[in-house]
Amino acid sequence: MTRALEKYIRPGVKGTPFCPGCGHGILMNHILRAIDELKMDMKKMVFVSGIGCAAWIPSPHFDGDTLHTLHGRALAFATGVKLFNPDLCVMVISGDGDLSSIGGNHLIHAARRNIDLKVICANNMVYGMTGGQVAATTPKGAKTATTGEGNPYRPFDLCKLVEAAGASYVARFAVTQPVSLINAIKKSLLHVGFSFIEVLSPCPTQYGRRNRLDRPEDMIRELIQRCILDEEAAGLTEEERAEKIITGEFLTWQK
Amino acid sequence: MPTRWVKTSFPEGMHYLSGNEAAAEGAIAAGCRFYGGYPITPSSELMERMAVRLRELGGVFIQMEDEIASISAVIGASWAGGKAMTATSGPGFSLMQEALGYAAFTETPCVIIDVQRAGPCTGQATRVGSGDIMQAKWGSHGDYQVIALSPWSVQEMYDLTLRAFNLSERFRVPTFVMAEEAVGHLRENMSIPAKVEVWDRKKEKGGAPFGTDEKDRVPPMPAFGEGERLAVTGSTHDPFGYRKTDDGEVHARLVERINEKILKNRSSIVETESYFLEEADIAVVAYGFTARTSLYVVRRLRKEGMKIGMVRLKSLWPFPEDAMRDVGQKVRKIVVPEMNRGQVAAEIRKACLCDVVSIGQTDGEVIPPEKIFDALRRLSQ
Repeated sequence: MTRALEKYIRPGVKGTPFCPGCGHGILMNHILRAIDELKMDMKKMVFVSGIGCAAWIPSPHFDGDTLHTLHGRALAFATGVKLFNPDLCVMVISGDGDLSSIGGNHLIHAARRNIDLKVICANNMVYGMTGGQVAATTPKGAKTATTGEGNPYRPFDLCKLVEAAGASYVARFAVTQPVSLINAIKKSLLHVGFSFIEVLSPCPTQYGRRNRLDRPEDMIRELIQRCILDEEAAGLTEEERAEKIITGEFLTWQK
Repeated sequence: MPTRWVKTSFPEGMHYLSGNEAAAEGAIAAGCRFYGGYPITPSSELMERMAVRLRELGGVFIQMEDEIASISAVIGASWAGGKAMTATSGPGFSLMQEALGYAAFTETPCVIIDVQRAGPCTGQATRVGSGDIMQAKWGSHGDYQVIALSPWSVQEMYDLTLRAFNLSERFRVPTFVMAEEAVGHLRENMSIPAKVEVWDRKKEKGGAPFGTDEKDRVPPMPAFGEGERLAVTGSTHDPFGYRKTDDGEVHARLVERINEKILKNRSSIVETESYFLEEADIAVVAYGFTARTSLYVVRRLRKEGMKIGMVRLKSLWPFPEDAMRDVGQKVRKIVVPEMNRGQVAAEIRKACLCDVVSIGQTDGEVIPPEKIFDALRRLSQ
């Protein structure tokens, strides 16, 4: 078996720190494939992340410059990097809690400025690293470590949020849609402006086992069944749509 | 020494500036080309001047969404290779503390000017205070060191901001200019030199950016995009930046070095000024705006024949404990007027065996000369 992507991994890094069944390893693969297909120069890439499981996707694994920052602040750090040296390609890879809850203010303002950052939000709908507490992205009714009776609140629609705030490329795909996702990451890398890709990534350890998706393959199967493309959703009733997760490219414009 | 002399972009000679404006010019002279900030009284004029000056010079100015974002962007810009700063006041300084711990732990040069107002909390936004001295040292969690300087004039807002950048680059540490509203808003004559000496962070191809055997214990710092494949993290890391959160030895060694690199180089950082200490029986120790009032009072009392001297602290952290110990051995009493409830007085007590008397004031006003006169006359009896 060839290991074509190994050249993008920092020497000395062995294995990933993710739990068995975690979607973040698949996402890591998809990001590196997009970088490989575009022949990006890793010496000019800076990967910025916050705190949480997803923040470990680039740090320290990716063999470019990595900046592993504080919880919630990845976008603010990335803004400083990009503004001071616009020649750098700055990609922010972090989780839903990091980017949209504690870092929510930075998310809307970075989108408003339409600053040229490539943001990949690995959404596992839960605080994984700290033990599976409810997140701003946890579906209503889902059980977590802090909502044993089910989450009483609605989740954010992150794509609509950043679109309203001013982002210029917005997409959502699951790790189970590799071709579409890799294409979206490539578009984001080529895009000039604030791009945001929400990537649904399963967390069997903290989310699945509390929500009757006990095995990793159950979560993967569920994502495959529930994720449909935007255009496929057109003919569905409101009830049918509620069962699905709408994916696709929602917005793309150049300044 | 990795310093160089550079021409200042602001015209050489005498200028009539406010302290906040002078600090901005000091930063520009030092080579600051990134400012990320958020408006807050009484520091806002500094940000406004930086917005104008950085546009003129092709630097980067950005008004961020809050102070947390401001200091975060400053740290990001510093790793991208820039000399970067922000300015704020108490509430903003509080918000920045977590990221300042990040800057200390990742050894990121950056300068923060805290134009102090009367706290705690929102307090008196337009009034003066000096209550952030302990916060500057202990504001973030864990054991770390910072450098903090204390300007007493518009001239020193320029000089010490320049010095703050040089120290920050040299020791790779967040450096604070602990200004006070009274100095920030003061207008007086100051002079701009034709050339200033600036320090640039050292670089070394392939060097370990987070560990060193150098005597000064400061490792080289490359920038993003230079092909060094930097791994920067606020988690415990080895000399090359690899996360080592479960290795107690790596953690202890790192914490020791980021502390010792400052403490062992204390003599290059600490600055004090002494007045009339020979034959003095009482010494006033003061800093910032209060040192102006104190020196006036001390001069008057000496004319009256009182055996009194004074020490001015130009730097506050690392604490000038050797200088304080020396003074404590010479005099019977040390008197410390300051615009807080005795923060620096308590620190002097740790270093001196003699009697240390605190004259604290927290009413949002500068300490009037009469108050210091009265206290000193009472004590000398």
